[in-house]
Amino acid sequence: MIKIVKRDQPSRAIFFFTPVLAIFLTLVAGGLIFFILGFKPFEALKFFFIVPIADKYGFSELLLKATPLCLIAIGLSFCFKSNNWNIGAEGQLTFGAIVSGGVALLFYEQEGFYILPTVILAGAIGGMLYASIPAILKTYFNTNEILVSLMLVYVSKLILDYLVVGPWSNPEGFNFPETRQFSDSAKLPLLFEGLRIHAGIFLALAAVVISWFVFYKTYLGFQMKVSGFSLKTAKYAGYKGKKMIILVFLISGACAGLAGVGEITGPIGQLHREISPDYGFTAIIVAFLGRLHPVGIIFASLVVAITYLGAETAQIFMQIPKYTGQVFQGMILFFLLASDYLLFFKIKFMGLKK
Amino acid sequence: MIIDINFIGLIIASIMASAVPLILASCGELITERSGVLNLGVEGMMIIGAISGFALMTVTGSLIIAIIGAMLAGVLISTIFAFLTQTLITNHVATGLALTIFGIGISAMIGKNFVGIPGKEFPVLFEGLKDTIPLLGPILFGHSIVFYFAFALPFITSYFLKKTKIGLIVRAVGDSPESASNQGINVRLVRYACILYGGAMSGLAGAYLSMIYTPQWIENMTGGRGWIALALVVFSTWNPIKILIGAMIFGGLTIIQFHMQAIGVRIPVQFLTALPYIVTIIVLVVISRDSRKIRLSTPSSLGKSFHKDN
Repeated sequence: MIKIVKRDQPSRAIFFFTPVLAIFLTLVAGGLIFFILGFKPFEALKFFFIVPIADKYGFSELLLKATPLCLIAIGLSFCFKSNNWNIGAEGQLTFGAIVSGGVALLFYEQEGFYILPTVILAGAIGGMLYASIPAILKTYFNTNEILVSLMLVYVSKLILDYLVVGPWSNPEGFNFPETRQFSDSAKLPLLFEGLRIHAGIFLALAAVVISWFVFYKTYLGFQMKVSGFSLKTAKYAGYKGKKMIILVFLISGACAGLAGVGEITGPIGQLHREISPDYGFTAIIVAFLGRLHPVGIIFASLVVAITYLGAETAQIFMQIPKYTGQVFQGMILFFLLASDYLLFFKIKFMGLKK
Repeated sequence: MIIDINFIGLIIASIMASAVPLILASCGELITERSGVLNLGVEGMMIIGAISGFALMTVTGSLIIAIIGAMLAGVLISTIFAFLTQTLITNHVATGLALTIFGIGISAMIGKNFVGIPGKEFPVLFEGLKDTIPLLGPILFGHSIVFYFAFALPFITSYFLKKTKIGLIVRAVGDSPESASNQGINVRLVRYACILYGGAMSGLAGAYLSMIYTPQWIENMTGGRGWIALALVVFSTWNPIKILIGAMIFGGLTIIQFHMQAIGVRIPVQFLTALPYIVTIIVLVVISRDSRKIRLSTPSSLGKSFHKDN
């Protein structure tokens, strides 16, 4: 007999165990999907999760993909912890990239130590500006932030498209939809010769440390936690709800904007149409998988980054469509949410005898 | 300048045609939300419907099998959402997002072999009557059966919610699951049914796009229509008849792009394409500003999990 019993208190051990369980279940389900598609499940999983990171180059690529995911997810955790559903990080990333890319183009063929910091700052401001739209509409006009932030993703991608095709397109670029290459002073330095991993990773690590401090050592972190549990309690305690909503949106917009800067001043070096393979959406999964905890998010961003690399290798070596990456990402979130059931309920296996 | 009156009729008809998927998906989601469930997976269910319909049509050659199959695919994928949110009591927003990401991925995976295959002609009704009445002829006649169904659906949905016993039960479950449960209504069962129905309608909306409107399979071809459908439900303040108005506005914005380009208006195409999204935001702001009205019309338990042991 199986009996389901409600727990008196959510289990803390299980809180950190379920993400691992979710990853395991995703692998099982993924193997099953590969089997249905006619591939050898273990071989396919090996190409997906082990081959891509087996050498030094692969590991650098992993960190390269994990950097924006981690950065955005840290920002999103501010929103999600306080019950604000910012799901438009992809748009904030894009707008941050647009603003910083514009500044970088102003410094075309110029040198100077001040250029890179200015470009980075511009990206953070761009992301914040864009995130302030859903925040202000939510606080002052009671508008649903989910839909607004999402609609703005489409708008930002169209603005980017307009700029790289039209006014900002490279005059010597044979009408390719891209801008000029940024000058070296506007690019993030590479960390190792021959690898693509760049200094943007320090932005992500700084975000991790700062967020940990804010969450667990400041009054703001406490306020966010209380508002996340119950908005009524937060109101009763006299917290300035509106200010906090705007603040968490600005923080997460800045993080997403910085992720955009990292992409265009790092591996890309210019603006073009495809600056992000949906990092902004995938980071939502990273934030949940990392349990909205800064350290958890580091691990989660590495795990989810593998799905990007794995999808690429599996496509090259086994002709498995690259969208399997998204399928895996969706499944991770499904299984994570499902295994949260164990947080609140115990499954008891009882003997047949009464 | 003489404007051909039938040309205006044709424009209106094309606006209506582009409103069809929005009406279908919104009316489905409206029922789901009326039962207290917020399913943000509309975009995912729609794209699954689009590829299922197109793939079944190509493989079996039967339009009926394809349409029904697309609806069943919508039901199937929404079952995941229903199981997670209703049985395992997961968060509605996060689960809906997972459904959309998963749906887009899996549809592209299945659709890989169907890219570039031409669609089939879908039969239209009353073709012969098109020229009989000026202006109204092209508006009323010569459309697919799905088109007529979509324009009847808001009225059917309104009647269902207001006048039938099951409709009353759905509303009761959405407004007060506790008292509905005390009355002996199986809240979880009702919500399951409403989620699956929403899945079927989103699936049909997707099939309309890939089999009738476009008709072709293109990756990510729903292009945010699922999200606009969600916005339309808020716009309608959960009243199905108003969905019709909203969907026509958005259909109009989509069609305007093509005609502006055709007339040679010098506005960058990206701005016209962005218009429906920007207007959605503006409309949401205007509707939501009156927080009292929104509070009165929103199903009280929308997005909140219900568990008997709570």
